[in-house]
Amino acid sequence: MGERFSHRIPANRRPIGRLFLTSVRPCRLTGKRWLAYHAVMADLFEALAAPARRAILDVLRERDGQTLFEICARLSMTQNLALTRQAISQHLEVLESAGLLSTKREGRYKYHYLITAPLETIVQRWLTPLSSNQKRIGK
Amino acid sequence: MKIVVTSVMVDNQEKALHFYTNVLGFDKKEDIPMGPHRWLTVVSKSDPNGVELLLEPDEHPAAKPFKQALVEDGIPATSFGVDDVQKEHARLSALGVCFTQPPVQMGPVTTAVFDDTCGNLIQIAHRN
Repeated sequence: MGERFSHRIPANRRPIGRLFLTSVRPCRLTGKRWLAYHAVMADLFEALAAPARRAILDVLRERDGQTLFEICARLSMTQNLALTRQAISQHLEVLESAGLLSTKREGRYKYHYLITAPLETIVQRWLTPLSSNQKRIGK
Repeated sequence: MKIVVTSVMVDNQEKALHFYTNVLGFDKKEDIPMGPHRWLTVVSKSDPNGVELLLEPDEHPAAKPFKQALVEDGIPATSFGVDDVQKEHARLSALGVCFTQPPVQMGPVTTAVFDDTCGNLIQIAHRN
């Protein structure tokens, strides 16, 4: 987990890797941890569900650290997405709360950065092989 | 009817005159005392009789929060045409100008955005 990412996301919103690490019984999520896990995953998939928000991640991949103005210009000129600045602002907030984006103030300017770490949870959940122990207990 | 003057609101007219002439390369056109301020305009070197840019004091109480909000979101106060955005970006960067957006091709135009040191962002653009 990147340094920048871990200090910006509140402990209860951090990706699930940490939950596994701190769990007494690493293979079983119970109670609040189980709920936290689902909250993170639900936010992540909800954030990714909107085409406009996926397009925002695409334009931040072209160049990381953009102003709202540049994101708006790229969405309309290169992605052919005609959205109001207000709508784009709201999409940015959703991405930020899902941990996929961070904002950084430099002097009087505000820049937006892409964070890909939460996407790792998708890989962990379905693309990493289960251990024999996990298979046995039917996780 | 035709457009003869347009303006940017600046926090200090003398500082603005320095930046818009010595750094950006415009020429001073009018400089008329008006109470505590001046009617201060600059023009393009290549078009001295063209549209004038008024360096207007941002004294109105609404002006500063408005300017700050635009700057925070990276929105330029106005846009100037240049022959080559990349070259201007290199020239102005060497003079210490701060860009919030480096040259980017946006469909039919290439644009960049810099800070005018007087509380505004300015866009420069050329057609590709």
